[in-house]
Amino acid sequence: MGFAVKLQEDFPVIQILSPEGKVTDPDLVPPLSDEQLRQLMKNMVFTRVLDQRAISLNRQGRLGFYAPVSGQEASMLASQFALEKDDFILPSYRDIPQMIFHGFPLYQAFLFSKGHIHGGQIPDGVHVLPPQIIIAAQVTQCVGVASAFKLRKEKRVAICYFGDGATSQGDFYEGLNFAGVYKVPAIFFCQNNGYAISVPFGKQTASATIAQKSVAAGIHGVRVDGMDPLAVYAVTKEALDRARAGEGPTLIEALTYRFGPHTMAGDDPTRYRTKEEMTLWQEERDPIVRFRIYLKERGIWSEQDEQEAVEQAKEEIAAAMKKAESYPPMTIPELMEAMYVKMPENLAEQAAFLRKEES
Amino acid sequence: MANLTMIQAINDALRTALKTYPEVLVFGEDVGVNGGVFRATDGLQKEFGEERVYDTPLAESAIIGSAVGLAIMGFRPVAEIQFSGFYFEAFDALLSQAARIRFRSGGRYHCPMVVRSPFGGGVRTPELHADSVEGYFLHAPGLKVVIPSNPYEAKGLLLSAIEEEDPVIFLEHMKLYRSFRQEVPEGYYTIPLGKANIAREGADVTVVAYGAMVQAALKAAEELEQERQARIEVIDLRTISPIDTETIIQSVQKTNRAVIVHEAPKTGGPAAEIIARINERAILHLEAPVMRVTGYDTVYPFTMIEDQWLPTSDRIKQAIIDVLDF
Repeated sequence: MGFAVKLQEDFPVIQILSPEGKVTDPDLVPPLSDEQLRQLMKNMVFTRVLDQRAISLNRQGRLGFYAPVSGQEASMLASQFALEKDDFILPSYRDIPQMIFHGFPLYQAFLFSKGHIHGGQIPDGVHVLPPQIIIAAQVTQCVGVASAFKLRKEKRVAICYFGDGATSQGDFYEGLNFAGVYKVPAIFFCQNNGYAISVPFGKQTASATIAQKSVAAGIHGVRVDGMDPLAVYAVTKEALDRARAGEGPTLIEALTYRFGPHTMAGDDPTRYRTKEEMTLWQEERDPIVRFRIYLKERGIWSEQDEQEAVEQAKEEIAAAMKKAESYPPMTIPELMEAMYVKMPENLAEQAAFLRKEES
Repeated sequence: MANLTMIQAINDALRTALKTYPEVLVFGEDVGVNGGVFRATDGLQKEFGEERVYDTPLAESAIIGSAVGLAIMGFRPVAEIQFSGFYFEAFDALLSQAARIRFRSGGRYHCPMVVRSPFGGGVRTPELHADSVEGYFLHAPGLKVVIPSNPYEAKGLLLSAIEEEDPVIFLEHMKLYRSFRQEVPEGYYTIPLGKANIAREGADVTVVAYGAMVQAALKAAEELEQERQARIEVIDLRTISPIDTETIIQSVQKTNRAVIVHEAPKTGGPAAEIIARINERAILHLEAPVMRVTGYDTVYPFTMIEDQWLPTSDRIKQAIIDVLDF
């Protein structure tokens, strides 16, 4: 016997829909209309098609940087579905689908992938930041955005997304801790897909869960089945309601899985994951499969609906890609103009020199 | 007008900014009730409330990271880093986030924030308090760097920094905080960023300095006037990024000789950049190589040897004599 005290905090995994599409906890089923349920399914199907298409376009060299999302549709889209349009998303580089369904045009997401400045020019009225490359930098920024809402007494919430690896960063803890002290309306949404590139969760932390890291910041924490759209929606909605009521931030840990590689830059997940594990998640826990069963049993989704959703997604994706490919290429003067509100003299000189060289 | 020390002038600037702009927020470690470890924010929380002037947990990265979030949402944060050596904790938030947000969003978002910090040698601080960090920020596109050398300019430059739409690093030399008083106008006034000040006119050698080194350069210049009738022009750079190239070049074209002075280590420091610009634009005007008087290429030293380490007016004087006699 030593002096160590065992952590008593309990973080059970919230689940509403089993992998077989059965409701496991009727009391928790969120009050979504049939039309809302169908829309969420369409968003998830769209994202699955987008992922397959983006991987293919990347292999053809028509897209650049891309981080696959298949498997994470429930975690990404059911959480986004719970947001209001005025809520603010701070995404990581994998969280393109949430941005799109929050109003960010798809062709601009393709330009982001291709490395074009217009890919970061979020339209007015769309409340998202460009995808964050520095792991967990968005966590501390989320505190600032949420503080702005609190100071202005707006009923808006800031939500940031990150993976399990990000929870090892100092910025993750610092952000949670600030949010707790200031009690800001923020949601810290961790998509725990079990791996940070090749490094499994057990090598990020000896902690049993990510949700329990909320204890260190004194904030609310919850663990959810990230392959279950109803559960993800319900816990996110609850966190939003709490934030809007002035009750402070929440850390959500969604247990999910990415079916594909970490990014399209040569990662080979078979080097660090077993075939059995990949099969288990892909064939038995796919969020689209369980949601499809649930919707079909309610009589609000059919094979034909799905086929139509797939076709519509393909058309939208093709049109967006066409628009992205016909968009004028980025130029160095655009880069220079974007650096400062008022361009300093040294840069103005370099811009003038460039113009002279080009003429 | 009031006769103020530099720290009082900074306090006055912050008070004036808080009064003028409802979107100005002042925060950092111990800036609230305590009024700052140097009293820079003394009385501000009492006057403007805890929503405008507040203490933060002890974490530099989140201080700057949250400032970025506030700035892109339309606030004007004036964050404080308690000592310059603690900037390193926040380098990602500054260089990779604040400095890049306008670029990476193609102008959709921008980041009007100021990060104040004391720095500078000669006051016997422990490790990582006195380091001159301006060179790191000079090399970071997207940031501006300001270093005042007296109370009057500290107030006007800080108000300009707060008006800026892009992020500004505002470095305050600790040795100058209370070393002398100056008449400082009441109310709102600004001194433009990016413009150097000719602190002393001369025709024989141009000395470029900033922060506490301006006083050292002025002392060297006065002594040389007495001893050799040499007329030394001292330029107080005031803004380290962007550098006021025009003022430096015009001066060098007149004097044909130059010495650049800073406390920061020599290699890759601001002087190297200034000399490169003189070479690019005024080489045919030079009668001697441009010399540097700087800190050594070591880490900032322990207190027992800092007076030997820091550039002195004697070292500056010798460099001026070297270029005069070249």
